[in-house]
Amino acid sequence: MRRIGGNERHRIELTVNGRSHAGEAEPRMLLSDFLRHRLGLYGTHVGCEHGVCGACTVIVDGRAVRSCTQYAIQAEGATIETVEGLADGERLNALQQAFHEHHGLQCGFCSAGILMSAVHFLKENPRPSEAAVRDMLSGHICRCTGYDGIVRAILDAAGTLKDQTKETIGE
Amino acid sequence: MKPVAFDYCRPESVEEATALLHELGGDAVLLAGGMSLGPMLNMRLVRPSVIVDINRIEGLDRIVLNDSVVIGAMARQGDVMADVNLLGEVPLLEAVLPHVGHFQTRNRGTFGGSVGHADPSAEIPLALVTLGGTVELTARRGVRRVPAAEFFHGVLTTARRADEMITALHWPRRRRRSGYAFEEVAQRHGDFAIAAVACMASLGEGGELAELRLAFGGVEDRPILADTSSFIGAPADGASAAEIAAKVADGLEPMEDIAASADYRRALARTLGLSVLERAFEQVAGS
Ligand code: FES
Ligand code: FES
Repeated sequence: MRRIGGNERHRIELTVNGRSHAGEAEPRMLLSDFLRHRLGLYGTHVGCEHGVCGACTVIVDGRAVRSCTQYAIQAEGATIETVEGLADGERLNALQQAFHEHHGLQCGFCSAGILMSAVHFLKENPRPSEAAVRDMLSGHICRCTGYDGIVRAILDAAGTLKDQTKETIGE
Repeated sequence: MKPVAFDYCRPESVEEATALLHELGGDAVLLAGGMSLGPMLNMRLVRPSVIVDINRIEGLDRIVLNDSVVIGAMARQGDVMADVNLLGEVPLLEAVLPHVGHFQTRNRGTFGGSVGHADPSAEIPLALVTLGGTVELTARRGVRRVPAAEFFHGVLTTARRADEMITALHWPRRRRRSGYAFEEVAQRHGDFAIAAVACMASLGEGGELAELRLAFGGVEDRPILADTSSFIGAPADGASAAEIAAKVADGLEPMEDIAASADYRRALARTLGLSVLERAFEQVAGS
């Protein structure tokens, strides 16, 4: 059984966006803070820090979850995906490109979290209805866009992804 | 908003966890999905000296279908929502789960956590009370099962003793000639319910009410099971539904808070009560 004192720092190893990372954290260090301040991955944003706004959403072991309501120590050995893993160098992935085209962001504060939610959501629902997309978005707060562009972007990306799948299958 | 410093323990078995609880008692706080505890820790509403993280206990997320449906304490809400066999056996959960938080919180939030936290407006406790399920509590000294209707004592207060942990919830399986329905009103989908109502109605061969369980969440300080005994034998029709909803709503003692007045909650209880009763009756008639 792992047992760590409140002021002890513990070395945490995990995989982020396919690369091994390590950093030190006390038990009370939030996963969001660990990603940002220990690993320098500032793409994950922090809004409310109590699980409401969704800005901090990342994918942990395949599931989109809040990183502000779990501790880095809990993610020991986990496989994490963050927004930094989406683009291929300068090339946006299909979902990011759709956000760009449909005005799915303005200030961008909410975007990292919404993108990561959408990645997991689309994996489970490759052809979502608009209602399903809006339901998924109820776990996020965006103060700029009015959500409409975000909804269209996700629906379009689902179409795009679908077409890509078709092409691959057709080849 | 950062929690106070706490010692962290991560037991790998129920035995290790209960030994810890035996040793630490009220100083320890159990951490399941953290969807309620996490915010409370960050806001320092809870300042534990030790956190016992039960996320890596093997098998605590088990789902077993036998005489009853057993859902392990660490079963994630999202996983249960995707389990069509289970939902077929506990239809009320199919109606309830889309209202439990959001996609992102159900991915992590657990059944045991929701029940252990005992927010008065939480849907899973309400469903368990409605169906007459039980809460399985494990301590070093043994296991006991507490009926859901006796488990919830008030706001964030339950029958769990400091050396116990919730290990599973036991749900009665779907019955013949029974209808199940749920409705709630919240300010935003996925928010805390201002009022939530769930029901199970079993009908006799002549279309009369053989059993009726109707419960309210978010109205009083815990899920409240209404006394419907005087309606057993009544016809399961619209007139009965209206009469039951009105009588039961009158008997409630609703909370008053920033979201709603007591009168508004009572009105919601009556309206939603009528609606779930009608829907449950129709389900049986239509099946
Ligand atoms: S920062 Fe995590 S949900 Fe708002
Ligand atoms: S783009 Fe500004 S908050 Fe969503």
